[in-house]
Amino acid sequence: MNPLDPRILGDWWNTWLHSTGLAEPWIVFINALVVAVIMLGLGLTSVLFAVWLERKVAARVQDRLGPNRVGPYGLVQTVADALKLLTKEDITPDAAERVSYNLAPGLAVFAVLMLLMVIPFGPGLIAADVNIGVLYLVAMGSIGIMSILMAGWSSNNKYALLGGFRAVAQLLSYEIPMILAMSVPVIFAGTMKMSGLVEAQANWRWFGIVMPAAFILYFLAALAENERTPFDLLEADSEIVAGYHIEYSGMKFAWFFLAFFLNTLILSAVSTTLFLGGWQGPFVDQVPLLGIIYFFIKASIMVFVFMWIRATFPRLRIDQMMAFAWKVLVPLGLVLVLVAAVFVKLPLAPLARDLLLFVTNLVVLAVTLGLLGRHLRREAQRFSARRLATSQS
Amino acid sequence: MVMQVVFLLVSLFTVACAFMVVTHRNLFSSALFLVGTFFGVAALYVLLEAEFLAVAQVLIYVGAIATLIVFAIMLTRGMMSGRTSPRNEQAVWAGLGSIVLGVVFLYLVVYRVNWPVVEKAVPPDTIERLGASLVGHYLIPFELASVLLLAALIGAVLIAREKEF
Repeated sequence: MNPLDPRILGDWWNTWLHSTGLAEPWIVFINALVVAVIMLGLGLTSVLFAVWLERKVAARVQDRLGPNRVGPYGLVQTVADALKLLTKEDITPDAAERVSYNLAPGLAVFAVLMLLMVIPFGPGLIAADVNIGVLYLVAMGSIGIMSILMAGWSSNNKYALLGGFRAVAQLLSYEIPMILAMSVPVIFAGTMKMSGLVEAQANWRWFGIVMPAAFILYFLAALAENERTPFDLLEADSEIVAGYHIEYSGMKFAWFFLAFFLNTLILSAVSTTLFLGGWQGPFVDQVPLLGIIYFFIKASIMVFVFMWIRATFPRLRIDQMMAFAWKVLVPLGLVLVLVAAVFVKLPLAPLARDLLLFVTNLVVLAVTLGLLGRHLRREAQRFSARRLATSQS
Repeated sequence: MVMQVVFLLVSLFTVACAFMVVTHRNLFSSALFLVGTFFGVAALYVLLEAEFLAVAQVLIYVGAIATLIVFAIMLTRGMMSGRTSPRNEQAVWAGLGSIVLGVVFLYLVVYRVNWPVVEKAVPPDTIERLGASLVGHYLIPFELASVLLLAALIGAVLIAREKEF
């Protein structure tokens, strides 16, 4: 095997484990445990970095410095925040439902951590290469919805309940465009395995370049699934005062915070895998170690774009959000799936098919933007006409 | 041997959750135990090497149906205020009758049904076969199911829309 292949470590570990003479089920169990611990560590430590990055990016966009006192460039700031949240008093409302109140934060983090297991970090570097990787991503996302309902209800607080309902409505509505956008690469790759999806994007045939409309659709749906601005009505202080995690303080709030940032990282990793070619890049066949570097570069770019958008745009109202999901994104997703299904069966040369696909995507995007623009202009005219009428009467 | 132990643990968890769904007094906790039951069933599917079915089970049952059940419980006024007892006056006779019926059914299921025992391995391309049979052999039920879902969707929107006329 290529000496620069990170799979060498796995082979060395496996041969050592087999030489100790343990029974096969124990070896499987130990391997699974080691992988789980590695994934846990990777997830939790990367969140520390992501929180710091969020604060720095938001600060620089707002023309200020951000945390720069605790450690070099403020890198230890998140550790200080975590320590503060750990030592805070853990207040539980008197009439809260004990079991679901305490279970909800853990369930939220559980749902997001499970997603780490199917992400291919490099060639052959995937924790669990299941045949149904893409469907698994969607299923674990739907578990997180349950935790929000539990949090909102068990807090025994009207605003938490309302925030919980709205959050669930938003997450369920935006799951559909996300699934439709994820189906497009699956149709082209012919497999739901995450490693298969990355391998189908070899030779710079990234799905995000060939089908930009699907990439944009997935990006918007992921923004909403992560409850980020401009879809973060549920945790806005001026709207509903932190929504469904109003009554959570100290470490329990830290768990929700963790779930939020881990979700950001994982959604960027998933969009990298599905649309930006995962670990594909120049010279990856000769030097497989470069795969990990390419993956992290691409995922970091996506994370940066997520945070950049958060620092830039105002937020949407709940009815605008729902209308956008159901009236714009779902039809767009259906049209894109139709286009993908038609194109995958056309008997054309691969390059011609990709070019035609790219042009069709641009046409679909132009039509969508044109219709949306016309509708919004009419709404604006109607709104200004109504305001003129009421101010004159 | 290991598979037997794992299967026993998973089915114990599932049956315990199902039992708690029926006997617990708090309706919201019953819904949460139902979620636990769904997870147990998904684990059983994984043990049977039907991974697509397991993930579909989690996606549909936990992600949609359990959420809907919890929503319905939350939005029903007075559902949470009282602690109702799951029993009434006919509990003893009902219990006896159900135990007798249960024993009879178990005997019939275990000893009288010709369960097919398959020794072949599970084929690796189950998803492709599933997709091919959905649009090939089972095309008409597939299309009828989607028409049914469309009718349900239209009916739900019709019932829940704002009456602005």
